[in-house]
Amino acid sequence: MGALSKISGPVVVASGMKGAKMYDVVKVGTERLVGEIIRLVGEQATIQVYEDTAGLKPGEPVESTGEPLSVELGPGLLQSIYDGIQRPLDGIANKHGAFIPRGVALPPLDRKKKWEFKAKMKKGDKVHAGDILGTVQETDVVEHRILAQHSGTISSISSGKYTVTENVGSIDDGKKKHDFCLMHRHFVRSPRPYAQKFDPNIPLVTGQRIVDMFFPIAKGGTACIPGPFGSGKTVTQHQFAKWSDTQIVVYIGCGERGNEMAEVLTEFPHLEDPKTKKPLMMRTVLIANTSNMPVAAREASVYTGITIAEYYRDMGYDVSLMADSTSRWAEAMREIGGRLEEMPGEEGYPAYLARRLAEFYERAGRIQCLGSGDRKGSVTIIGAVSPPGGDINEPVSQNTLRVTKVFLALDASLAQRRHFPAFHWLRSYSLYTDTLDSWYANISSDWTTLRVQAMTLLQKEAELQEIVQLVGPDALPEKEQAILAVTKMIREDFLQQSAFHDIDTYSSMKKQYLMLRNILKYYERAIASVDLGVQLKHMSNMKVKEKIGRMKEVPEKDLKHLEDLAGEIEGEFDSLVRKQ
Amino acid sequence: MKEYKTVTKIAGPLVFVEGVNDIGYNEIVEITLPSGEKRKGQVLETSKGIAVVQIFGSTAGLNISETRVKFLGETMKLGVSTEMLGRVFNGLGEPRDKGPKIIPESRIDINGSAINPYSRAEPRDFIQTGVSTIDGMNTLVRGQKLPIFSGSGLPHNALAVQIARQAKVASSKNEKFAVVFAAVGITHEESSFFMRDFEKTGALERAVLFLNLADDPSVERIITPRLALTTAEYLAYEKDMHVLVIITDMTNYCEALREIASAREEVPGRRGYPGYMYTDLSTIYERAGCIKGKKGTVTQLSILTMPGDDITHPIADLTGYITEGQIVLGRDLHRKNIYPPVDVLPCLSRLMNLGIGKERTREDHRGIADQLYAGYATGRDLRSLSAVVGEEALSDTDKLYLKFADVFEQRFIKQDSHEDRTIEQTLELGWELLSMLPETELKRLKKEFIEKYGKKYRKQ
Repeated sequence: MGALSKISGPVVVASGMKGAKMYDVVKVGTERLVGEIIRLVGEQATIQVYEDTAGLKPGEPVESTGEPLSVELGPGLLQSIYDGIQRPLDGIANKHGAFIPRGVALPPLDRKKKWEFKAKMKKGDKVHAGDILGTVQETDVVEHRILAQHSGTISSISSGKYTVTENVGSIDDGKKKHDFCLMHRHFVRSPRPYAQKFDPNIPLVTGQRIVDMFFPIAKGGTACIPGPFGSGKTVTQHQFAKWSDTQIVVYIGCGERGNEMAEVLTEFPHLEDPKTKKPLMMRTVLIANTSNMPVAAREASVYTGITIAEYYRDMGYDVSLMADSTSRWAEAMREIGGRLEEMPGEEGYPAYLARRLAEFYERAGRIQCLGSGDRKGSVTIIGAVSPPGGDINEPVSQNTLRVTKVFLALDASLAQRRHFPAFHWLRSYSLYTDTLDSWYANISSDWTTLRVQAMTLLQKEAELQEIVQLVGPDALPEKEQAILAVTKMIREDFLQQSAFHDIDTYSSMKKQYLMLRNILKYYERAIASVDLGVQLKHMSNMKVKEKIGRMKEVPEKDLKHLEDLAGEIEGEFDSLVRKQ
Repeated sequence: MKEYKTVTKIAGPLVFVEGVNDIGYNEIVEITLPSGEKRKGQVLETSKGIAVVQIFGSTAGLNISETRVKFLGETMKLGVSTEMLGRVFNGLGEPRDKGPKIIPESRIDINGSAINPYSRAEPRDFIQTGVSTIDGMNTLVRGQKLPIFSGSGLPHNALAVQIARQAKVASSKNEKFAVVFAAVGITHEESSFFMRDFEKTGALERAVLFLNLADDPSVERIITPRLALTTAEYLAYEKDMHVLVIITDMTNYCEALREIASAREEVPGRRGYPGYMYTDLSTIYERAGCIKGKKGTVTQLSILTMPGDDITHPIADLTGYITEGQIVLGRDLHRKNIYPPVDVLPCLSRLMNLGIGKERTREDHRGIADQLYAGYATGRDLRSLSAVVGEEALSDTDKLYLKFADVFEQRFIKQDSHEDRTIEQTLELGWELLSMLPETELKRLKKEFIEKYGKKYRKQ
């Protein structure tokens, strides 16, 4: 028990904190605001407070809880919305109204709700830490697996209805009996353990054509999306959250807009998962620490989110985590660093920025879970970055690029002409294309060939455009003009994808493949026809061109139309050539 | 209440008081000058024995030995009341007109509390501003925060006034409206422009004005927008009004923030602005929205002038990252004598999709907006290309695009400052202009809509 000695913004100093440990959670002042110790000098502790500090006075009591910041893990996480330190925002709203008061303390998991626990093991069974003791049907689509925290022999366990804190059974490790219940706590700043990490070699199917086809993300991989404001970071993150083929989605709104979180909250319960046909909300955990909420809690929100993601990974699920935006997280570090009067590194960010970013992204991965049996899970991290002025030559973007494997470069000029998603196809990259190659045979053997061919054309377009800028398009030979017509097709009819169109919002891998194949079929025939002397102007009004333009509107159940289109392209070119 | 005469240091707007105890962070203080004049201030840092106080106003006339400092024991609060409608206040919330003092119905902390994201209702009500570029392409909805990014000498004030005058909601019946206007460091002339227009249109009766003019103390500018928003929140959430908050000019606010940060000798961030400017701005902008179960809403229209017309300048940049879009004014259009000079390409309204479409505006709204964007962007690109290679080198379609861009500027963007276009007029105008382009180019529009709405404008 100590007392406040200095208050200046979200960082306060308390004296008389004998025995306090670094990163211990403390209760500050008479209102018992939540804080965390971030520096110790003698008996003086510097504390970052997760709530507004206005009105705090020197001399007010400070009490250490003796435990570092941790999250509660157990059934009830899904469909919840938490703030940065896992306080339930729905509970706070029901209890305190529309505005968040200070000093609220509510348990993250509902203490009253009873869950139906089905034991998977019985008394006398040997267990290893990480084994599945039993299951709880958390939502219609997700079975929550209760994992053993200790190794030993089960001395008691029984199925039935329990709250998260009621005793379900116990494990005897030879020395001590450990009682267990449906929930446990884990420190947010330390990664959860796993048995082994694998190289990511399965793609995360996002249903977004430019990503799945050209810049694939692997399950257990990392991706970053830097872009200026208005270029579509948030819409893209929402699209990933909606359509990724993972069982669990953790969405962190870190220092972003309140209305965006409201949008997720109203939209997700109504959106249907294309696979399970159930609302997307049933597999989603939301962390919302909006920009006007306390800055220290923003710093913690990212850790809260990743720890929850790891927990579901350990059950053997594929989890995707969206962090929007990691720049706000870095700024929170900068703000707190500044209050601590630390020697600033580049652009005022603390010198440990690079390490913190790397540590965070390293918590992604596809792993073998602890415990017996073959259980694999993954956490994929997709982080949005908001570089000042859209210029990625700044510390957060650069340090993020060093650790992430997929770079989706949002481009302001594409966004301005409403080319969405506004990923620049020549500047983006994915380092997973090679490792994922063998997987694509599941779709088609020529997947990679098509991608390379289309990408080469787009690169060629950039070269040709430079010439066009000097001499005009008419000065190009017919063949090169034909290339420009095809790349326009790739850009407008394949890369552009509307998040708000009911069909276009999601494309299956099969559909993506057929679409690109048709465009490249058109390309082949166009070039061949030019060689045979067909004039370009005769090609410009072809019927199939219109059909190619409307390919994205073809529903998934009618993919046959796309397969037939290849024949129609052949047919129309044949008749053009015959007329010659 | 404790009063101290232990000032030990005065630096910039900061006063250091020693020998104090029990002073709360952010507490309000009253300072009595040797001359007897009183000023207000706020505690910026407190520890055992010393408090750092920031003075609202100048420190001229203060001295070390005779200045008395009284700590009021509470953070900055504003007494609010519906009586405030029709009144004019200074930047600290004291009456500036000759009216009586306000008898508060409630006293509210001006910093407010964050709205729980869970309690927010999705903003959905389309606000018709009567300006085609906004209604048609960057729709404003109730509860949105949409700033106007402008430059010195551009007619942003005229546009703001036009929006305040024309803004209406189609579904509105028996709803109460109010305008809260915060002038932050603008000139007397600019402020009287607003006053005149409010008076002329009768808007003043349902408006609350807070004026911090260019010659008022710059430190007050930190307070003024918060007073306005506190009043707005009271009127909206307690009195069920739909409040439009206009704050001009946020650039002056940020300058004041920088001034204080440097007086406190803080580590500066980009271009000398403090590192926490994003967080600070968000505590202003995020105070817009709709709340579940409350009838009233707060919509924010802030104006900021981009220094050097630079949209990547920290003020514009951080604002754009917080607000739900932006309306950008362009100098080129202004030079061409086009009013309002809304440069649509960098404009955006993030909440547009929530407010438009079937049963809200019209089913073809999204398509029209996208198609106009795509067409105008292509036209603008070709304009620079034709400057190099000449118009003759362009294809026939490209020439159509060039012409489209010109007509779009002259007819769609340009309108009179008192011209109030309905959304139907705007959309029909869009279809009329798009009829200049061949139908195969209209890829953003559904086929059925082209049949239904576009056919009548096409020459057979």
